[in-house]
Amino acid sequence: MLSRVADSIYWLNRYVERAENIARFVDVNLNLLLDASVVMTQQWAPLVMTTGDLDLFKQRYGEPTAENVTHFLTFDQQYSNSILSCLRAARENARSIREIISSEMWEQVNTFYLMVKEASQTQPIAQLPSFFAEVKMASHLFAGVTDATMSHNEGWHFGRLGRLIERADKTARILDVKYYILLPAVNYVGTALDELQWIALLKSTSGYEMYRKRQRRISPTDIAKFLILDREFPRSIQFCLVQAEQSLHQISGTSPGTWENTAERTLGKLRAELDYIMIEEIIQKGLHEFLDHLQTELNHVGEQVSKTFFALEVIK
Amino acid sequence: MGLGICIIVVYFVLYQSHGFDVKFDEYDPGDFYDELFFSKGQPRSEAALLIERINSLSMEELQQRQQAAQNALFKLGVTFNVYSDNQGTERIFPFDIIPRILSIQEWQRLEQGLKQRIHALNLFLNDIYGDQKILKDGVIPTELINSASGFSKPCIGVKPPQGIWCHITGTDLVRDRDGQWYVLEDNMRCPSGVSYVLENRRVMKTTFPQVFGRMNILPVDDYASQLLETLLNLAPTGLPEPTVVVLTPGIYNSAYFEHSFLAQQMGVELVEGRDLVVSDGYLQMQTTKGLKRVDVIYRRIDDDFLDPLAFRPDSMLGIPGLMEVYRSGRLAIANAPGTGVADDKVIYAYVPQMIRYYLGEDQLLPNVPTYLCWEPEQQQHVLQNLDKLVVKAAGESGGYGMLVGPHATPAEREEFAGRIQANPRNYIAQPTLCLSRVPTLFDDCFEGCHVDLRPYILYGKDIYVNPGGLTRVALRRGSLVVNSSQGGGSKDTWIVAEGENEC
Repeated sequence: MLSRVADSIYWLNRYVERAENIARFVDVNLNLLLDASVVMTQQWAPLVMTTGDLDLFKQRYGEPTAENVTHFLTFDQQYSNSILSCLRAARENARSIREIISSEMWEQVNTFYLMVKEASQTQPIAQLPSFFAEVKMASHLFAGVTDATMSHNEGWHFGRLGRLIERADKTARILDVKYYILLPAVNYVGTALDELQWIALLKSTSGYEMYRKRQRRISPTDIAKFLILDREFPRSIQFCLVQAEQSLHQISGTSPGTWENTAERTLGKLRAELDYIMIEEIIQKGLHEFLDHLQTELNHVGEQVSKTFFALEVIK
Repeated sequence: MGLGICIIVVYFVLYQSHGFDVKFDEYDPGDFYDELFFSKGQPRSEAALLIERINSLSMEELQQRQQAAQNALFKLGVTFNVYSDNQGTERIFPFDIIPRILSIQEWQRLEQGLKQRIHALNLFLNDIYGDQKILKDGVIPTELINSASGFSKPCIGVKPPQGIWCHITGTDLVRDRDGQWYVLEDNMRCPSGVSYVLENRRVMKTTFPQVFGRMNILPVDDYASQLLETLLNLAPTGLPEPTVVVLTPGIYNSAYFEHSFLAQQMGVELVEGRDLVVSDGYLQMQTTKGLKRVDVIYRRIDDDFLDPLAFRPDSMLGIPGLMEVYRSGRLAIANAPGTGVADDKVIYAYVPQMIRYYLGEDQLLPNVPTYLCWEPEQQQHVLQNLDKLVVKAAGESGGYGMLVGPHATPAEREEFAGRIQANPRNYIAQPTLCLSRVPTLFDDCFEGCHVDLRPYILYGKDIYVNPGGLTRVALRRGSLVVNSSQGGGSKDTWIVAEGENEC
């Protein structure tokens, strides 16, 4: 497979996944706003922090409010990680590999983009919840259509790799921000409002129901454990890493547990770390520090994937 | 070479004003050759079933189908790019649901004429870059070849596989007021538009399923298979699985959709210049598993940009060393570099002579009568009749460098006369034609709109002509230009065989 094509299919999936996650963050916060009697302006800054672009936001918009944060993350054309920009980038990538992906995938990503673009021109903020639901569903459709119509070949594995690395990163970020902002001390016993916020956190990962089946009680430590280490929940970091590693080995043909390139080594090392670590150790070390380390390593994995497979150094 | 076009000139256009919900009963072809009607209320026999069907639908239903067809094309992403526009870089090529229809007998005559022409043009290219017999025999003056902008010195002495130079052609045909067909341009370089033929047909089948059920319309879908066979036919012999690729300038090219579509339909890689490298004497592409050899390129990049070492040194799109691999026979290129010489409008005027010289036959499908300004007598005639003629620069295409005499101001004509006298080799002139029309759906009525036809011809083991081709239509009311950037659109083209289907 052409390096450039592998690169595009990887980013196509990352961008779709990113758009979906942004929709999740914003939607949950908007919902929370409807429930809470308290003024919750402080709830919007963490949302921007999740993206790592708080400074940029403050320069452009000043103090975060429901309206401006929502606009920034959803429809801001100048902001490269807004839902609209993600979809535009996803579609550009898809357009450059239309002959590789299935027609159904292209149609889905094209329809998805047109839907978001139209909403950006017509949708009042008040009607956004239904819009976010559509974004999530469109992303799921894209993933489903991909699984059901594209051969599970090298390109498909690059796509899955991109999607799972992005998802692991986003789960880490959202957990980090909430935990860091909401809960300076781990054994802090929250109020009813805090519990609502933890539920919101779970919901933004679509994990609320699955968590209840697993742990029942809402507890910060258990939530962290669920989102980092659960082996069955498809948005937990560990789950993403295990599957991403499988794809990487499918691509290279190297047996699991061994490595031939730095992408495999970096990802394998990180996955192994999560295999054997316990949540108590993580809390003891400091959850924020641990999540920070995870994000750095995930970036590192991304860089190594790019270097190993996509870098177009001219070989003479 | 894009979808640009050329002489579309009439002296006057008639409009009928139409009331609401008027269907074909009121449609009057007027003083034009109409592709669907002999005269008012008298459809041509091959169009009768369609007209009947359309007359049975209400205007609202027709408009809904028109809208559905446009939406389907947009969703499929059947778009072209507009260079100057960075936000909405893609536009849909407007599509009209009333097809152009040709009887199979008429089509077979066109097909024969096209095959003859492509055959002769290929013999000409092979000769001109080889022994140059046609020049030595004085059929075409040598200086015309040497001064043709498309004559490519790096291609002299090259021997492409099977002696075929032009594998993919999209010849522009027009029909005059009296129904006579003419070849307007040969487009021997990188003609585009075939993807619209295939996608338009796909959409039309859902627009008029019953009509397709009842009429015997020749299918167009085998184009991709035929193209792949044509390309595989070029591969160096002895390779069990030759690698074919489509080379595109990238997603910002106006025809990118088509490049991608064709690669997908053939199941081959779509590559850009940056994916390719010359290594170990072969052209190779950079893959996730290292370098892989490429044997056949279907390139959609002009000659000038193919290889900065052989052609334009500033090309960012090309691959240094590509021509060397090509000359050594380790790579086949479709179309072969150098075919542009036959697109020179002065050389075009000599196609009838080529057909006689190489094939010993008379031309089946005539050229538009062409005056060559480098011949003093003809130049005299052109200068005296500038108000009646269309003057074109020999090396340009797509409507550039053109004077439309009847529409030009006296000052413009005078300026062109000066240009002709300063550089007679570079100009030709043709009479203005009145292009045939096809009824086209507007908000509340049908109006006749001018059309041309671009059939697609493949030259592999044999010469294959895809049945139909792209019908381009001047959609803007009163416009005579079918160019996609100037309000032009397209229609499906039906070649209809005798007899009704049984269902």
